[in-house]
Amino acid sequence: MAETIPAAGATTEGAIQVGQPRDARVSAPASYDVADFPVPNGREEEWRFTPLERLRGLHDGTAVATGGGVKVEVSAPAGVIVETVGRDDARVGKAGKPVDRVAAQAYSAFEKAGVVSIPKDAVLSEPVRISVHGQGGVAFGHQVVEVGAFAEAVVVIDHTGDATVAANVEYLIGDGAKLTVVSIQDWDDTAVHAAQHTALIGRDATFKSVVVTFGGDVVRLHPRVLYGAPGGEAELYGLYFTDEGQHQEHRLFIDHDTPHCRSNVAYKGALQGRDAHAVWIGDVLIRAEAEGTDTYELNRNLVLTDGARVDSVPNLEIETGEIVGAGHASATGRFEDEQLFYLMARGIPADEARRLVVRGFFAELIQQIGVADLQERLLEKIDAELEASVV
Amino acid sequence: MATLEIHDLHVSVEAENGPREILRGVDLTVKQGETHAIMGPNGSGKSTLAYSLAGHPKYTVTGGTVTLDGEDVLAMSVDERARAGVFLAMQYPVEVPGVSVSNFLRTSATAIRGEAPKLRTWVKEVKEAMERLHMDPSFAERNVNEGFSGGEKKRHEILQLELLKPKIAILDETDSGLDVDALRIVSEGVNRVRESGEVGTLLITHYTRILRYIKPDHVHVFAAGRIAESGGPELADKLEAEGYEAYVKGGASA
Repeated sequence: MAETIPAAGATTEGAIQVGQPRDARVSAPASYDVADFPVPNGREEEWRFTPLERLRGLHDGTAVATGGGVKVEVSAPAGVIVETVGRDDARVGKAGKPVDRVAAQAYSAFEKAGVVSIPKDAVLSEPVRISVHGQGGVAFGHQVVEVGAFAEAVVVIDHTGDATVAANVEYLIGDGAKLTVVSIQDWDDTAVHAAQHTALIGRDATFKSVVVTFGGDVVRLHPRVLYGAPGGEAELYGLYFTDEGQHQEHRLFIDHDTPHCRSNVAYKGALQGRDAHAVWIGDVLIRAEAEGTDTYELNRNLVLTDGARVDSVPNLEIETGEIVGAGHASATGRFEDEQLFYLMARGIPADEARRLVVRGFFAELIQQIGVADLQERLLEKIDAELEASVV
Repeated sequence: MATLEIHDLHVSVEAENGPREILRGVDLTVKQGETHAIMGPNGSGKSTLAYSLAGHPKYTVTGGTVTLDGEDVLAMSVDERARAGVFLAMQYPVEVPGVSVSNFLRTSATAIRGEAPKLRTWVKEVKEAMERLHMDPSFAERNVNEGFSGGEKKRHEILQLELLKPKIAILDETDSGLDVDALRIVSEGVNRVRESGEVGTLLITHYTRILRYIKPDHVHVFAAGRIAESGGPELADKLEAEGYEAYVKGGASA
């Protein structure tokens, strides 16, 4: 056993604990079985920001699938295989286990899983579109997107309508493949949506995720990134517009457990109205074996009116010094009266001034995505949202 | 002919121990084509006058009237005043992250003119106006006032003045913080707008330096919240020689 040399001023009393238990950030180990998770009471680290009473029983077992709760439609270009499979399919659950009770509930309760496979070497000219339309019921879903080695694909998942949904989405990204996923939460303001998105990134593969959350009463997403082999790259972009009374929570976890992988996170949110609540958690863990890691995460929030609340918590845990870079930044600012005055003093009405500022705030992020027609569409989407909701 | 008439204007701000009166009965008439310099020591209320005319919410008008061609300016919101033709070039222009200069200018011009300028002519118009102010074209893609130097901020204000063509231009210490080259470029911009004969200019300044470049028709000395003395350009020469001392003493006892 190595001798411990105390630093000046340090005490030698008691044990010096180096590192954390692997699952210190969650209250129970990951599991496919909902019974392995206690019912959350709201005091747990991962639940303390979430209004459990508004989850309509997704967290305590009282939510029961109604059948036809959501309608899922997939349209894909030729060559892509679209299937519905049972839970015994080898691809289901392959990216990782559910890490909280609601994700485990979804895993335990879903009947059939959707699988979209993009064959090896295929380069899609058109995006795969998955439409998830809520029809007022309760649903538990499971979706796998599998991208073969060196294939390139864009997948757009659109959530609309009203529903109570818990789901797991898995991205299995083959060696050298490139997957871009856009997940748009454009729910009615009554919907409840909790989902874990787990990406398992192959050797030298690239995963680009764009999460856009506008709607819902409660939306709680848990994007996770795991690396199966060295050389993987993850870019996670997100934007949310949280209106009066909405709770929108994005909890990211990037598990750097493999050498020479990269990750870059940028999430931006705007909030307006009473009891608009946005939560952003950015956990990045660089394990001892992940030498050569390069990671950066950023969260920016723009509060447009009084009465809104943001909780932004970046966590960076580093167990090796042999890395390229690691950093994080979080800031929450107000749309200031002086900015409003300046724009209005140039003839721009107050509502238009707010729209201009929010659009600019989001445009800065969208310009980083690097997929031209996607950027165009997202900006249009934002314009429509701003037109409808900024007052 | 556009006329801004300020009559017996009283303005207060909220201070720790209740409202504090800053403007104490300002009377001033600015007509189209005229240039009025308002000069005064620090704290005399010059900037308060500028911001009150533009409608900044921090200032409360407690008495008096302001009309533009007979219309009640004080009843208008900030954006309505701008659309009616009042322009304030600010001493400390505000950063607006995420909004590019080009987008800002176009949105503003659309609001002021009542319709979106035709894209082709607009691009040319902006480009030429920027060239006249010695501004690099890349400027248009930067975010409004973000990371601008003092000189860039003032040029950007004058660029807006040239593009928006107001009836009344209020320039609040546009000369402060400028070196001689920047002062000359900015002054030339102001003079181009003045030469149109269509704007009344209210030039607020602490120093006489800018008056070498922009020749006023009238000079007013501002002290203790009102106009203490008015005259022609020769009044500026007197201030240059004697300073504000005579006015400050009077103001201190007020």
